[in-house]
Amino acid sequence: MPATAAEGAPSDDQHGPDRPGSHGAGTGARVTDLRVALTGSGIDVVDDIDLVLEPGEIVGLVGESGSGKTTVGTALLAYSRAGARITQGAVDIDGHDLLRLDLGAVRAMRGRRVAYVPQDPGAALNPAIRIGRQMVELLELAKEGSAADRLARARAGLAEVGLPGDEEFLARYPHQLSGGQVQRVALAMAFLPRPKVLVLDEPTTGLDVTTQNLVLRTVKDLCAAHDVAALYVTHDLAVVANLADRVAVMYAGRIAEIGPREEIFARPAHPYTRALLDAIPHLSSARALAGIPGSTPGPGRRPQGCRFHDRCAYATDECARVDPPPETVGPAHVVRCLHHAELPPWSIDTGDIADTAPSAQRDVVLRVEHLDVFYGRTQVVFDVNVDLARAEVLAFVGESGSGKTTTARAIGGLSRQWTGRVELGGHELARGARGRSAADRKRIQYIFQNPYLSLNPRLTIEQIVTRPMELFGIAKGKAATDRAVELLDAVALGPTVLTYRTNRLSGGERQRVAIARALAAEPDVLVCDEITSALDVSVQGSIVALLDRLKRERGISMLFVTHNLALVRSIADRVQVLQRGRVVEQGFVVEVMENPQEDYTKTLLANTPTLR
Amino acid sequence: MTDTSTDTAALATLPGPGVRRRPATGAWALWIGRRLLLALLTLWLCSLVVFLATSALGDPVRAVLGKDYGTSPERVAALREQLHLDDPVLTRYFSWLGHLITGDPGVSVASGLPVGELIGPRVANSAVLVVVAALVMIPVAIGIAMLSAHYRGRRADGIIQVVLLTLAGLPEFVIGILLVAVFSTTVLHVLPAVTIAGGGAPPWSTPVSMILPVVTLVVAVAPYVSRIVRSSLLEVLDSDYVELARLKGVPESIVMRRHALRNAIVPGVQVIALQFAWLAGGIVIVEYLFSYPGVGASLVDSVRNSDFPMVQALAMVLAAVYVAVNLVADVVSILLTPRARTAIAS
Repeated sequence: MPATAAEGAPSDDQHGPDRPGSHGAGTGARVTDLRVALTGSGIDVVDDIDLVLEPGEIVGLVGESGSGKTTVGTALLAYSRAGARITQGAVDIDGHDLLRLDLGAVRAMRGRRVAYVPQDPGAALNPAIRIGRQMVELLELAKEGSAADRLARARAGLAEVGLPGDEEFLARYPHQLSGGQVQRVALAMAFLPRPKVLVLDEPTTGLDVTTQNLVLRTVKDLCAAHDVAALYVTHDLAVVANLADRVAVMYAGRIAEIGPREEIFARPAHPYTRALLDAIPHLSSARALAGIPGSTPGPGRRPQGCRFHDRCAYATDECARVDPPPETVGPAHVVRCLHHAELPPWSIDTGDIADTAPSAQRDVVLRVEHLDVFYGRTQVVFDVNVDLARAEVLAFVGESGSGKTTTARAIGGLSRQWTGRVELGGHELARGARGRSAADRKRIQYIFQNPYLSLNPRLTIEQIVTRPMELFGIAKGKAATDRAVELLDAVALGPTVLTYRTNRLSGGERQRVAIARALAAEPDVLVCDEITSALDVSVQGSIVALLDRLKRERGISMLFVTHNLALVRSIADRVQVLQRGRVVEQGFVVEVMENPQEDYTKTLLANTPTLR
Repeated sequence: MTDTSTDTAALATLPGPGVRRRPATGAWALWIGRRLLLALLTLWLCSLVVFLATSALGDPVRAVLGKDYGTSPERVAALREQLHLDDPVLTRYFSWLGHLITGDPGVSVASGLPVGELIGPRVANSAVLVVVAALVMIPVAIGIAMLSAHYRGRRADGIIQVVLLTLAGLPEFVIGILLVAVFSTTVLHVLPAVTIAGGGAPPWSTPVSMILPVVTLVVAVAPYVSRIVRSSLLEVLDSDYVELARLKGVPESIVMRRHALRNAIVPGVQVIALQFAWLAGGIVIVEYLFSYPGVGASLVDSVRNSDFPMVQALAMVLAAVYVAVNLVADVVSILLTPRARTAIAS
């Protein structure tokens, strides 16, 4: 039997909600009036946070980057990252206010009463320590049970998350596991000391949909089985819609709205929540996505009054002056908006549009035949055939490793290790971009996934956007600058950015610059490689709206590489589903989505989290 | 909703990347064999350069005989004969190399004694000095780095960094002279300023005489190692896995030792190796300063006397130390990096 050596150590008994006090069901967590501020300046990162987590309940904490959601998450463990400090409030767990305890006592609570599941599965496990050792570390430090007991618990924990608990697996290092496996190990590790409160920080970011779905179900099952109060921090409303009991929406360091899941998704009372929901693509129908103008202000740049007022469609003068108090608008539904009562009715179906009809007339610009791509001697893409019509968006969709980006790079001339035939406007293209004529290169433009890496940080935006015009002899000097202003206007950026370097722009703005640069060459085909996956949904919404406009107004065709099936429904006309380098299913979006033929497509569709 | 258990089982049976069960010893032997071959190749190239460079230095006979060169042609002839200087360069090279490989580095021109006999104890003395210095330096440097990283950005860290940078900026002979002044001559008289090994006894027979040379070497080398380990520690301390360890409630001392240091030490190993290799050359000055009977003093004397068999042998010893230390550092780095280790094993 394991000896409960440390004071108040949780018992080994899995189902023991019997003894009151330190054992059993726990009392969840209560956060009151929490404020975390930057050290030095004292500017708040998050402010005025009140949050209750009941035992057995999963609360989704949703927000875009810079909203302070992770800060709230780690504050539940009385932890703040370097440069910030918890300056006010209380975090009550099991009758203790973590913020009043000394560091030793807080440590005793961390991991054992309140545990944390990290964001990036690959980076959060120590690369130098074997899985088994890492899992039992905490038990070992507390000298809980014998070595054999601890190992047995680790095995049981791994079994709970659907992983093998054999010697071979326990002896592995993190790099010998797949992303989904590492994340489930992290989950099992967090659950091992039987905590009663759990903070999950975007634990499925970067995982494929099938793996994500598996991890989410594991989270749900474990929380229910162990009566854990969980805070699920994420930027993805669709994930929360399938997982959480209650949802809190954060904006600029405040909780803008909190309520039961059904309430939040059926009757969102805050304009920000509504705007977020309007920006999310649905799997069940195409939507005209709308972004939210501007970007989330970081600490120190947040406006007076209602923090959302400068981006809000319903803002009045009053909003700029008065900080809206929390108001109850329904059962357990609280919102911070002065005008919540006057907002027009809202429906999740807002913005639904018709899919592209399969009967549409098609004028093919780009044709790819029998494309095989190789990495060294390994073939990674097999016999892909593509035809792309004018003013058409063709989506390549698949999980990581499906060859979607590889295919796009071959077509864009970024890789030369391929065989087959790529025809643009009736004539064949050379393999690499260097072998293609200037005219050919001009006609296909590539937009990369990460706008933080794809723009030269030493050039001004003007230089970046005018460069292709000079290169292809489209315009130069004053004429080029004028055109750059037009293009920036087309991507919703003002002429003031011309003199900026990229470090002054947000991720969404950078990606707009990258699009403007691609457009500067006046291309016929844009290859968009996961161009929204590094961006917040509100920004993704406006980028998608922008691409849609470019397609209609300029007749540009696009190859749109993505892993997000819901996004495909809203942006693409046709879709090709890739699996392990082969196209397994293709057709018009409406046909593939409504009536998938292949099991793989069906699995992808079934695992994609969606609001509807 | 689909059945969880079947789905889970299916995913669980997927093989993880890079996990292959194959006897790892064979792979290791192959890897080490390849590295050893490369090391030998390096040494061979060194031997070529050393031999050609010493041959190109000028006529050794003239240097050895000095003023007698012009007056006694028969001695010149005898010496030329003894040193095989009339043979073609390649012949001389291969005969030298052959002897070197069979453990016979020739005869000293200056003393007429076998080179092996002359440098054997010297090499041992220097090796002891360097190893002792390293054994002191590594824990001290890492300890200082951990202390500094623990107090990052605070005053203690600042003071440590300024001191380290100052020490790193001082040449080792300045440090040596300062230490001598403080402990042996001007201020205190507690430690001997020179290593007097009476009657050919090794210097470690009087350990107290080794203190100053060792301290000088440690002070000359530790700052670099400390600074590198500190900066990689800081990087690791900012990593997600250290954050997770803290959020798991692991005490800070264990976070530092088990989670941070283990991952931060690898860049340190490479720097330690470089410093070690530098030590092999750097002791020349330090040994000279303290009259320590090591290779340094020998090398200086041999160069001065144009005793080219001695210079060649000592240069090859130093080259071998360089190559060996770097090889060891690579092996240690790989052993400390699971990702690299498993990559070799599979």
